[in-house]
Amino acid sequence: MIETVNWHSCFFLLFALVGCVSAVAVVVTGNIVRMACWLVTALAAVAGLFFLAGADFLGAVQLMVYVGGTMVLLVFGVMLTARGPFVSMKTGGGQWILAIVVGGALLTVLLQAALSIPDWNAPGREQVQTEAAPPTATRLGLGLMGIPVDRLQERNAKWQSGMSGQLLAFEIISIHLVVVLVGAAYLARAKRRIEPQPARIADAEVSQVPG
Amino acid sequence: MNLFFEPIGLSHYLVVGAILFVCGMVCMATKRNVLGVLMGIELVLNGANLNFVAFGSPLLRAPGDHALGLDGQMIALFVIVLAAAEAAVALAIALNYYHTHVTVDVDRGDELKG
Repeated sequence: MIETVNWHSCFFLLFALVGCVSAVAVVVTGNIVRMACWLVTALAAVAGLFFLAGADFLGAVQLMVYVGGTMVLLVFGVMLTARGPFVSMKTGGGQWILAIVVGGALLTVLLQAALSIPDWNAPGREQVQTEAAPPTATRLGLGLMGIPVDRLQERNAKWQSGMSGQLLAFEIISIHLVVVLVGAAYLARAKRRIEPQPARIADAEVSQVPG
Repeated sequence: MNLFFEPIGLSHYLVVGAILFVCGMVCMATKRNVLGVLMGIELVLNGANLNFVAFGSPLLRAPGDHALGLDGQMIALFVIVLAAAEAAVALAIALNYYHTHVTVDVDRGDELKG
């Protein structure tokens, strides 16, 4: 039996379970630091799923940028906005019920849409390639430089002349990133802290909770 | 359980993407900590990225003239870059909010006056 086990499916199940459990844990946990830790495992599991789907470059980018960059940024934010012991701000029961109902409805719709197309349920073995997918870094890089390597066989000459890969999007993204990072650094600069206003009368009892 | 012996299809990836998306949406809606809302946003974007990569994967969909192909991974790459930029701005806003309100509770920010 050990020879007939489909290892691709086993690893998919492992990463999918880790990702889904971590995502649910992010929602359920009240402590902000534990939420950050569960989010790290969820993002790493998604990177594993990227590798399994044949997107090797994207999996590496996910690990570097998301897990190594964005999560570090979020943990810094958690550190800088902590005041005393971590107070857990609980959401009311009514809001939870409403969120669960709406989320459950959306999940039902999405699952029904995902599982209802017979073409998507299992790939025909003769349609998709069974050996490992080719490395994608070179092809993505050429696409960003303006050479669409996966559309070179486009027979319609009218369409072929307009294909420039993703060069324009690449330039826009680059400028966007520079502008956004400069703006964020300016927004988050250290300023003289404004002293908080005296508490309103209605908040006098509520403000016992620090932070 | 025949999931261990049968090959994985596209719908399995879509199910995982849907679960991530809905978890992120519930996180955005219910968390009172502004950083919790940001974590929900990251989950939503990752669910969408997983969908894009799954549709563009040559192992799950037959490659051809009308397949999404490499464009799925390209879109996901742009989404990752944009999400990083938006996380930076959102964190700057969160820090400003914390400096003016001395709390990260978004329920306290109920007046337009800063």
